[in-house]
Amino acid sequence: MNRRDSLKALGVGSLSATLLLNGCKTDKKKAGNDAAAPHVEEQGRQPFEIERDKELLSEKFFTDHEMASIIALSDIIIPKDERSGSASDAGVPAFIEFIVKDIPDHQTPMRGGLKWLDMQCLNRFGHSFPECTHDQQIEMVTLIAYPKKATPDMKQGVSFFNRMRDLTATGFFTSKMGVEDIGYVGNKPNRWEGVPADVLKQYGFDSVS
Amino acid sequence: MSDYQIKKNPTVYDAIIVGSGAGGGMAGYVLANAGLKVLMLEAGPYWDPKTDSQQLKNPWESPRRGGGTTRPFGDFDGSYGGWDLEGEPYTKKDKTEFDWYRSRMLGGRTNHWGRISLRMGPLDFKSHQIDGLTEDWPITYDEVKPYYDKVDRMIGVYGSVENIENEPDGIFLPPPKPRLHELFIRKGAQKAGVTVIPGRGSVLTEALPGNKDRGQCFFCGQCGRACKVYADFSASSCLVIPAIKTGNLKVIPNAMVRTVITGDDGLAKGVSYVSKEDGQEYQVNAKTVILGASACESARILLNSASAQHPGGLANSSGVVGKYLHDSTGASLSGFIPELMDRKRYNEDGVGSVHIYSPWWLDNKKLDFPRGYHIEYGGGMRMPGYGFMNGIEKRNGLVPGKDGKMKEPGGFGASLKDDYRRFYGTTVGMAGRGTAIAREDNYCEIDPSVVDKFGIPVLRFHYKWTDAEIKQAKHMQETFQSIMHEMGAILTSKLDGPETNYGLEAPGRIIHEVGTVRMGDDPKKSALNKWCQAHDCKNLFVVDAAPFVQQGDKNATWTILALSMRTSEYILRERKKLNV
Repeated sequence: MNRRDSLKALGVGSLSATLLLNGCKTDKKKAGNDAAAPHVEEQGRQPFEIERDKELLSEKFFTDHEMASIIALSDIIIPKDERSGSASDAGVPAFIEFIVKDIPDHQTPMRGGLKWLDMQCLNRFGHSFPECTHDQQIEMVTLIAYPKKATPDMKQGVSFFNRMRDLTATGFFTSKMGVEDIGYVGNKPNRWEGVPADVLKQYGFDSVS
Repeated sequence: MSDYQIKKNPTVYDAIIVGSGAGGGMAGYVLANAGLKVLMLEAGPYWDPKTDSQQLKNPWESPRRGGGTTRPFGDFDGSYGGWDLEGEPYTKKDKTEFDWYRSRMLGGRTNHWGRISLRMGPLDFKSHQIDGLTEDWPITYDEVKPYYDKVDRMIGVYGSVENIENEPDGIFLPPPKPRLHELFIRKGAQKAGVTVIPGRGSVLTEALPGNKDRGQCFFCGQCGRACKVYADFSASSCLVIPAIKTGNLKVIPNAMVRTVITGDDGLAKGVSYVSKEDGQEYQVNAKTVILGASACESARILLNSASAQHPGGLANSSGVVGKYLHDSTGASLSGFIPELMDRKRYNEDGVGSVHIYSPWWLDNKKLDFPRGYHIEYGGGMRMPGYGFMNGIEKRNGLVPGKDGKMKEPGGFGASLKDDYRRFYGTTVGMAGRGTAIAREDNYCEIDPSVVDKFGIPVLRFHYKWTDAEIKQAKHMQETFQSIMHEMGAILTSKLDGPETNYGLEAPGRIIHEVGTVRMGDDPKKSALNKWCQAHDCKNLFVVDAAPFVQQGDKNATWTILALSMRTSEYILRERKKLNV
């Protein structure tokens, strides 16, 4: 079977790759909000996986207060800029809500870290983290966002923030918005012919294959 | 194609095959195409990559973004299984380690494997002469070569002719060209004195001559999910499903084999299995029984099939069944290439197997450990998934920012967001896969007191690495560091030292376990003859990786396929002579 027949077998026919990818999707929610209500895929998945996803999606782990902190923190970590929207625009808080249920090892560090953050803010500013002003939130986050510079009494906050940064980055850059932002342009039928000539030249590999 | 529902049947099949992976799949393919009536039992569900693969899904289509909670290699990986299966435990003895990976599905672990398709070389079959540490196979490379050739033509493998003595060339489709980071690796490796050649993988980079059922690769890099157009090798798509189409192979899925039944004459009569669908026990009969359940599972079935005629377990008068278990050694290192920061974006998914590869390149006479390893490389602009650029605070303080000034590591906000973009596609990883010595004292046996949820006694493992494997891992780490240095990369993974055996993975983690029902000319020292036929039971064969006497640093699959084809053709010849 040649490549064109391969694509026909995939159900692509003469459609473009973009259409193929759209056609593969079973839900057509607007970009960025895909994480808000994940669809539970059933084809090619084991019954226990499907059940588990449905169960996790029906449960709620974070309180509204905790979720307010997660939204604020994720948008501080990945704000909107000229290229793309913010973490919450991309559905990061809903992803974090899901993933701590999926990977329970995140639960205590996240819950405890958010509480630690509230206590720090109450002592400093007289308000819990989500009730602080944006400037106060930035002031607090600055104390825990730089592991090498952070003072010893901030180390627990550093650990929490490292985790929060990682989860935010995963949530953002695995969303449709984030994939477009990072510039991953694969996951579509094509033909790999090697590194483009201009790139080979840029790195001095134009004399080799 | 779909005649695989369970029926209790008095039929005596020509052959029963246990397992539908590389070994079982090939036996089913050869025998069904030769007109034998074959019954195949698979412990997992029916699974067809065409309909069941998660290929071309985007990360946001998984609520865990491709994370590995229910599948060790991620939500999209083509494996129903892992190192831990609910209700199917195994145990370990004397605080030793062995992790046993099982895929319960049609095609088994071939649905998700790396498709790195290597022949064992002449020295791998006859390795005793090297240092006396290992035993020779009863067969030579030249005896297996015709089958490797047939497997290459039948299934397809890309690669390049290199004329390296112990890395025999095959009949190759064109290999994919290297990606950008792989050019950096190749350059660095050359400076470090490490050979780099194009990869060898069972992916159809061009149409497979004479085959109309399999598609051609469209370069999504997702072989690990299994290919919907059958452009890579899975036993499901390339062997079992085509064999079903002959009308001669019937597959019963969700059939967990308990024992091989033998008669008063000591010959195999059939097998007993439990159906996972109705919990009932079934017995099916055949003139020949072929085990391809995986090295450890086949050993388990044999040991659980003890009878008056076979008191120590079937095919085990030698006592070797379960012994000489060995998995490849493995260690890895990762880093990033600062020169690749802010790189131009384009699609470099390529194939899902390796584009470049380092075969073993050194002379052990000058080294402090026996045998060698090969190196597999990763990196580049991959599809983002769970864990995307985790730990950026360990990276973004190591190189100057766009303004040329060093940054405080960590951070948040617009500048951090830009760091993710800058670092994307800069990572590189290297993983060594080496020869572990087959040792009698590394084994699996039946745990005398534990059963699984089907009431089948489980395996208990005893496996220890020795200095030979640990020193090999140390050498891997030194080599990786030297390549990284020569290519201008900065290391990001922590450097493993003696306290962690230099990053040597626990046995079983590389999923190349072999050797548990080994072949040999001497029935006192081996369970099978050189045709993978039991010395003690002439109508019983083993076609997975269990018959391996000693693996080289090569992944086992291509050799499993070649040996299974060889055994299947032997069965056909013996049937004509009315011997089986």
